[in-house]
Amino acid sequence: MATGIKDKVAILGMGCSQFGERWDSDAGDLMAEAFDEALEDAGVERRQIEAAWYGCYADTVNVGSSAIPASTALRLDSIPVSRMENLCATGTEALRGATYAVAAGAVDIALAIGTEKLKDTGYGGLPPAFKGNFNDMWLPASSAPSGFAQLAHGYEHKHGIQKETIKQAMAHVSWKSHQNGTRNPKAHLRKAVSMETILGAPMISDPIGLYDCCGVSDGAACAIVTTPEIAKSLGKSDLVSIKALQLSVSSGLESTTNQWDASHVRNTRIAAKRAYKEAGIDKPREQLSLIEVHDCFSITELVTMEDLFISEEGKATHDILDGFYDSDGGVPCQTDGGLKCFGHPIGASGLRMGYEIYSQLLGRAGERQLDSPSLGLTHNLGGVPYLGIVAVSILGLM
Amino acid sequence: MSSSGITGFGAYIPRLRIDRSHIANAHAWMAPSLRRGAKGERAFCSWDEDAITMAVEAGRDCLNNIDPKSIGRITLASTTSPFADLQGSAIAAGALRLEENTASMDIANSQRAATSGFIQTFQSAQSTLFIASERPAAKPASPQELGFGAGAAAFVTGTGNVIVEFLARATVTANFVDHFRAAEEKYNYYWEERWIRDEGINKLAIQAATSALEKAGVAATEVNHLIVPPVQRGAAQAVARKLGFEGILADDLQMGCGYTGTAHPLLMLANVLEQAGPGERILLVGFGQGADAIVLRTTEHLASRQPARGIKGNLADKLDTREYLRMLSFYQGIELEWGMRSEKNTKTMLSTQYRAVEQTAGFNAGRCGRCDTVQFPQLQYCVNTDCRTPAAEFEDISLIDEPCEVFTFTSDWLSYYPAPPLYVGFIQFDNGARVSMEMVDIGNDGLAVGMPMRNVFRVKDIDQQRGFRRYFWKATPTVRKEA
Repeated sequence: MATGIKDKVAILGMGCSQFGERWDSDAGDLMAEAFDEALEDAGVERRQIEAAWYGCYADTVNVGSSAIPASTALRLDSIPVSRMENLCATGTEALRGATYAVAAGAVDIALAIGTEKLKDTGYGGLPPAFKGNFNDMWLPASSAPSGFAQLAHGYEHKHGIQKETIKQAMAHVSWKSHQNGTRNPKAHLRKAVSMETILGAPMISDPIGLYDCCGVSDGAACAIVTTPEIAKSLGKSDLVSIKALQLSVSSGLESTTNQWDASHVRNTRIAAKRAYKEAGIDKPREQLSLIEVHDCFSITELVTMEDLFISEEGKATHDILDGFYDSDGGVPCQTDGGLKCFGHPIGASGLRMGYEIYSQLLGRAGERQLDSPSLGLTHNLGGVPYLGIVAVSILGLM
Repeated sequence: MSSSGITGFGAYIPRLRIDRSHIANAHAWMAPSLRRGAKGERAFCSWDEDAITMAVEAGRDCLNNIDPKSIGRITLASTTSPFADLQGSAIAAGALRLEENTASMDIANSQRAATSGFIQTFQSAQSTLFIASERPAAKPASPQELGFGAGAAAFVTGTGNVIVEFLARATVTANFVDHFRAAEEKYNYYWEERWIRDEGINKLAIQAATSALEKAGVAATEVNHLIVPPVQRGAAQAVARKLGFEGILADDLQMGCGYTGTAHPLLMLANVLEQAGPGERILLVGFGQGADAIVLRTTEHLASRQPARGIKGNLADKLDTREYLRMLSFYQGIELEWGMRSEKNTKTMLSTQYRAVEQTAGFNAGRCGRCDTVQFPQLQYCVNTDCRTPAAEFEDISLIDEPCEVFTFTSDWLSYYPAPPLYVGFIQFDNGARVSMEMVDIGNDGLAVGMPMRNVFRVKDIDQQRGFRRYFWKATPTVRKEA
């Protein structure tokens, strides 16, 4: 009987590059920036890393396929390095690989690193996705925001909540993240933005306006993991361990049948339930100190509050507008600015979220430090709400 | 003489319409005289409509109450097929779900292609779906830009319960070049109108018409409807006068549609058949490198075989636009800055396409043999989490005519789309299938959850690098108010 991952693996060190439009750097530079910080934090040398998992999504506009871009950039000589790609869940997937290797006893120390260099395309936003030879013949060539915008109509229809209220709550989501972003020196967007500006922004995909979209950024983040025993033997006292690491991928039910109401993300609910079980959490609204969720678009964050069972169904707009997820609220969400303002270098994002939880748990979050957090959750959503990949991790003090 | 005749008909005219004054006003700075002829609306194709998609829609209209399995042959007449070497009728046959053993053929290269091809179908007793479809393009600021339209007409010919009898035909072949379009050119080149009238229509068309009437044993005065396409202003009146015709001059469809090239005589015929009573005689003229003339007579079965929408329904179902530049862009008359996203590679893997043709052309969902779940696309196992039956046990269920409605939607301004915004969302079909689809021809009223929709065959992507285009079904509102 599987016993789950809880407390089997500890984080030895983490690193995160400056996010943003890094005209000065390519993917290798970004990885090195995060890697150097993590090595120093971990107090180990490069040669002590026995295996690595490298996450990168957009290989065709970036560094190319395979793990070689990471092994050469970081000079990881002849150790096993694997490339992970699972859309926006890529970073957490890299962490999952490294964590499972340590938990299995295959290696003592493993590296998870994710990066994305999105600003070498010549235009803003993500490159249009190739959906496969067959899928491109029938699936609309629609953008990421158009996939998520459909949640707004579904949510409105199911709960009978006025579109204006939803739009107001969506704006608050972005407003709050911009507030938080000002306190994060590594964030891409560090300017506060008014509700009026957010609500008056040009439409991207109705009802998602420009300020409902996250930043498209360059960046890298990484984690070095080991067993709690080895971490202690290396002199670590305050240990952050992995309490849960779950992934749920759609099999097409939502997009092919009438068994989905378009108001929620089924895979988030499934991954969250599994993660809470693995971590031994039964009251997430009370037990979680902070959360870092996949706010690719503000509507995603809105429904995620319910899908993670923190807000009651149909009550997310109320909690959001009530400030429950603000940095001084009941469960602060995106204390680092989130994808919205920290930025969203796709392959790095899951690890960047982990970096914020880790920093908060260890009291290293500077200006945005919360009071004695003990348990944090990260959530990624790759793909679209109805055909996606959801990764949930829970990190906590041991 | 074969007893073959017409057993069904239908038509399609694009919904997009523009008042000719908007076109003329845009050119008034350099061609003020255009304003004189700028009356009424013309139809134009959306970016995703071409001679093949219009042929499919006209074919569907025609097959309203005819079993596609009864069709033995499909013929498509057009001078504006998007392909020089790829058969439009074969593409249409797939979308119309004709049987695999259906013969297919395209006819082209003349304004007379449709009438000459139509004559041929009457020589055979085989049930033939004959479609004429045209998307003529005109140089900006030319008189043709005002006069042209777009559309398709479809007929089934065969024996038994014919609604129109074929009486006689005559053809005059002459290398009379009123206009031409070289193989690689976008636009036609025209000769002087007066010469076309005096030496062309007034001689060649009259000669063919007189001969056909003689063969039919019908006097000009006995003809109820005269159909002469408006190849130029006053052509039909001139022919009527010369022949001594006393009946009803067929509506030239200049208002609302515009001249549809080789398809036009047959669009006019479809329109006449929507209004004619039994036992009425029709003289149909086609002009181009000579002339064709066909004499027809309606039967008592005409009223029972009317199309689903017909010309009347298509003319009424319109979306008005004032944006001349929209039309110009759709007809490649202007090169706009679409941004780098438009550089996306849309190469079609032809081997993949062939494997998927039943799903992409026939819009075939699979009904699970065990749990009855209807699903599109058909993947390897049933999507139902409690079932997982292999696809080999699925039954094909086409979603083309399945009732459906909007389940979710958004208007996407970010993606590259030649007619922004891209409306996209889930279409929920009554049989349980759900498909993420493009939605097209959306009026100012926009979309709403629960809005009833129907499916139309359209261009999915145009591969700018290789010139290929692929087709798929898109959803469109069933009830449309005027924009």
